[in-house]
Amino acid sequence: MYEHDVIVVGAGGAGLRAAIAAQEAGADVAMVTKLHPVRSHTGAAEGGINAALRDGDSWEDHAYDTMKGSDYLGDAPAVEALCKESPEEVITLEHWGMPFSREEDGRVSQRPFGGLSFPRTTYAGAETGHQMLHTMYEQVVKRGIQVYDEWHVMDLAVSDEEDPSERTCHGVVAYDIQSGEISGFRATGGVILATGGMGQVFDHTTNAVANTGDGVAMAYRAGVPMEDMEFIQFHPTTLPSTGVLISEGVRGEGGILYNAEGERFMFEHGYANNDGELASRDVVSRAELTEVNEGRGIEDEYVHLDMRHLGEERIIDRLENILHLAEDFEGADGLTEPMPVKPGQHYAMGGIETDEHGATCIDGLYAAGECACASVHGANRLGGNALPELIVFGKRAGYHAAGKDLGEAEIPTGKTGDYEVADYEFEVELGEVAGSDPAAADGGAVATDGDAVLSATVERQREFVETLMAREGRNHAEIRSRVQRTMTDNVNVFRAEPGLKEALVDLREAREAYQDVAVSDPSRTFNTDLIHTMETRNVLDIAEALTMGALARNEFRGAHWRQENQIRDDENWLKHTLVSWNDGEPELWYKPTILEGENKTYEPKVRSY
Amino acid sequence: MSTQVPKQTDESSENATDAETTVPSKGDARREEKRRRAAERREERQAEEAERAAAAEDTVELKVFRYDPEVEGKQEPRFDTFHVPFEKGMTVLDALMYSRDTYDSSLTFRHSCRQAICGSDAMFVNGTQHLACKTQISELSEPIRVEPLPHAEVTKDLVVDMEHFYDQMHAVEPYFQTNELPDGELDEQRQTRENREKVKMSTRCIWCAACMSSCNIAAGDNEYLGPAAINKAYRFAMDEREGEEIKQKRLEIIEQEHGVWRCQTQFSCTVVCPKDIPLTEHIQELKREAVKSNLKFW
Ligand SMILES: Cc1cc2nc3c(=O)[nH]c(=O)nc-3n(C[C@H](O)[C@H](O)[C@H](O)COP(=O)(O)OP(=O)(O)OC[C@H]3O[C@@H](n4cnc5c(N)ncnc54)[C@H](O)[C@@H]3O)c2cc1C
Ligand code: SF4
Ligand code: FES
Repeated sequence: MYEHDVIVVGAGGAGLRAAIAAQEAGADVAMVTKLHPVRSHTGAAEGGINAALRDGDSWEDHAYDTMKGSDYLGDAPAVEALCKESPEEVITLEHWGMPFSREEDGRVSQRPFGGLSFPRTTYAGAETGHQMLHTMYEQVVKRGIQVYDEWHVMDLAVSDEEDPSERTCHGVVAYDIQSGEISGFRATGGVILATGGMGQVFDHTTNAVANTGDGVAMAYRAGVPMEDMEFIQFHPTTLPSTGVLISEGVRGEGGILYNAEGERFMFEHGYANNDGELASRDVVSRAELTEVNEGRGIEDEYVHLDMRHLGEERIIDRLENILHLAEDFEGADGLTEPMPVKPGQHYAMGGIETDEHGATCIDGLYAAGECACASVHGANRLGGNALPELIVFGKRAGYHAAGKDLGEAEIPTGKTGDYEVADYEFEVELGEVAGSDPAAADGGAVATDGDAVLSATVERQREFVETLMAREGRNHAEIRSRVQRTMTDNVNVFRAEPGLKEALVDLREAREAYQDVAVSDPSRTFNTDLIHTMETRNVLDIAEALTMGALARNEFRGAHWRQENQIRDDENWLKHTLVSWNDGEPELWYKPTILEGENKTYEPKVRSY
Repeated sequence: MSTQVPKQTDESSENATDAETTVPSKGDARREEKRRRAAERREERQAEEAERAAAAEDTVELKVFRYDPEVEGKQEPRFDTFHVPFEKGMTVLDALMYSRDTYDSSLTFRHSCRQAICGSDAMFVNGTQHLACKTQISELSEPIRVEPLPHAEVTKDLVVDMEHFYDQMHAVEPYFQTNELPDGELDEQRQTRENREKVKMSTRCIWCAACMSSCNIAAGDNEYLGPAAINKAYRFAMDEREGEEIKQKRLEIIEQEHGVWRCQTQFSCTVVCPKDIPLTEHIQELKREAVKSNLKFW
């Protein structure tokens, strides 16, 4: 067993920032991460970090833009914290040596980004995330913070009081990928989850293979609700074979979308007569899929993004990195042929319910970064708002877990205050499979003493692994691809009741199939078969909760579109969706959004640009 | 043999006992049985594959290095053949993932981002260091030979032990240092565009270790810092925000016995770097800087 004051799970932007903050506040902190820190997907972010740094800009304007972008599903205390603290955090990164792009006078550059009323996006070329990740990892090295890398966290050690809000998190159980050792990590102060996105729930995504939503699923099974999971951002221009993102820049410079018949469909089929290719992400994504569904896609799968008419000179000058991406990952030459593109999952707005300090309803359990939902993005994230979220809330969670007083939080967590249980009948059985293999289920630990809770959890996980290794059965890859397929077919940018219901049926079947899952690689050394099998369990839990929310929320808000009700319905739906595991019987409930900020109330307005 | 497999005898038995104690086993016999069956299944699959390959036209043939210190039949390194249906745009990583998910779930390699930014999947493809995710199948001759990075210890299949590489990276004080920060909390340090441009390429390193693996000097001198670590030192030494005093300290670090002077400008690192970092040039420039600063102190 290992012991530290604070354990940070995950070492992307959010985890690194949290660890640094916890150490600054005096804690003995360690990071446990399934990838070496520099392998985290924060490195893939290109665009930039929003921060109101300059004269003429203000955190208030940034907050206004963010609330509007969120379609009024952001919570003002979290949004305002983000916008107020982002400037200081960005300058801290600069002081740590981050190589930002510069102005003539040597100051950090800023550029315009969609949905922002001021050019406030700071960046480092087309590799902002890479630079941010490495800069923070450098600080972790400098400070000698302990990193357990290539340790996969399997479960949280949480006590088992009836009411999740009375439970305490005492540590985590992790599997050493190199050696197969399973061990407990006792955290006397707190555990911070910073496990990133969950793109692997879909079969086509800009997310990494490791983005399986582990933290979200672990917190969920321990009793923390998942919040607003139905809000998934899809990006309209990703390469079909890998999901690599082709940035908005191409369309910004004048790139044109064509269908198989050579029609400029954004105009010719009337999807966006004014904005054409420059319409918002969700509009373009739906247009592309409609073309494919109506038989005008290329190879029944994608459309073409053509930039040849811009001319070689301009392309090389402005879009050179796109040429490399298309060539390296799709084998396409953007100078001589159109590039194939299709919509792909990009970002999860929802996640582990937290307050504005990153705390969950379970004592000693925190979450920050893409896995968390405070919520700053509500129904739709603005470009450049995720990276500041990592550093602002990573830091807050780190401080809080290390015992620093951040004052009373305004955002309630767990079933407190004004909540309402959903009256929606799901026609399918949900949650734990009855009479399921005890090893595959996560019952609560019986003990309350921290060490005892941890050792009981370690034992359960050992048994689970032992069962998976010993028995014969199905391969997880088959189950995972079933989940991904139904999610992509039915819970995509197009969402309609029959499809969503079908998805829940498919997911149920996949869950039942998981009862017979087995690991065929008998090795204890670097057994990725086993790791992927454990991840698939998380993918299943998330897919189900996400679909539940998508089915219940019969309106069109932000990134969530419903065929049956294509308007934003403030009267009924100005509220967060929450799904609680409820010891194996998932329950859907709602809580109001907080629109009252420090100095003003954000009145819902039409989201038009 | 292009790869170094750790000494087998004692290490593998040590691993095996480790595993027994960490995960208490309910039945060794059962596990043995399972291993045997896994081996059988593998043979069956390979037979099926051969048939499939004969039937299908557009497939590519991969020969993949296999090794596992504790699994019977894999303790002796061998090559397995996989036939993968070809699709336009397919990368070596795609082909490996297909092979794993379709034929043999024990096929092991690191990968995550699939877009040449996480640096997980540098390997030895047809005799050169490549990032698997950034290498188009269509550009390779068949059969495609895929091996772990040479000059590193093989953990299993295509996975190598990265600890030594990380140690070298950490040895150059790989973090920004300065003695003077602006007073105001919201004041940034100034940096000219030219200076940022100067360090730009050096900041693109993704720690993939391809360069280290390609370097003859590193192969012969285990303590040599290696191209990536020296490049990391360059990244800071050339950053005007750090100041002269710290630059001197950095030059001392890279001038040590196993530092820049070991480099014999063979350019192998520069050739294989997937991020196009002009490593040899950076090393040469540091040598010149070191000479210059030594002259100053005479
Ligand atoms: C292609 C792309 C471009 C983007 N561009 C931008 C942009 O320009 N601006 C912007 O603001 N946002 C952007 N985003 C979004 C933003 O980059 C991400 O939301 C953010 O980086 C996520 O950071 P994170 O720290 O939460 O997670 P990650 O960086 O994904 O890190 C997750 C960490 O958790 C660890 N982990 C996961 N599961 C486990 C487990 N079970 N056990 C142990 N460790 C575990 C992993 O090892 C990893 O270290 C982009 C996203 C993508 C995909
Ligand atoms: S310098 Fe290039 S080859 Fe070497 S580790 Fe960095 S990215 Fe890889
Ligand atoms: S998978 Fe990340 S670099 Fe290849």
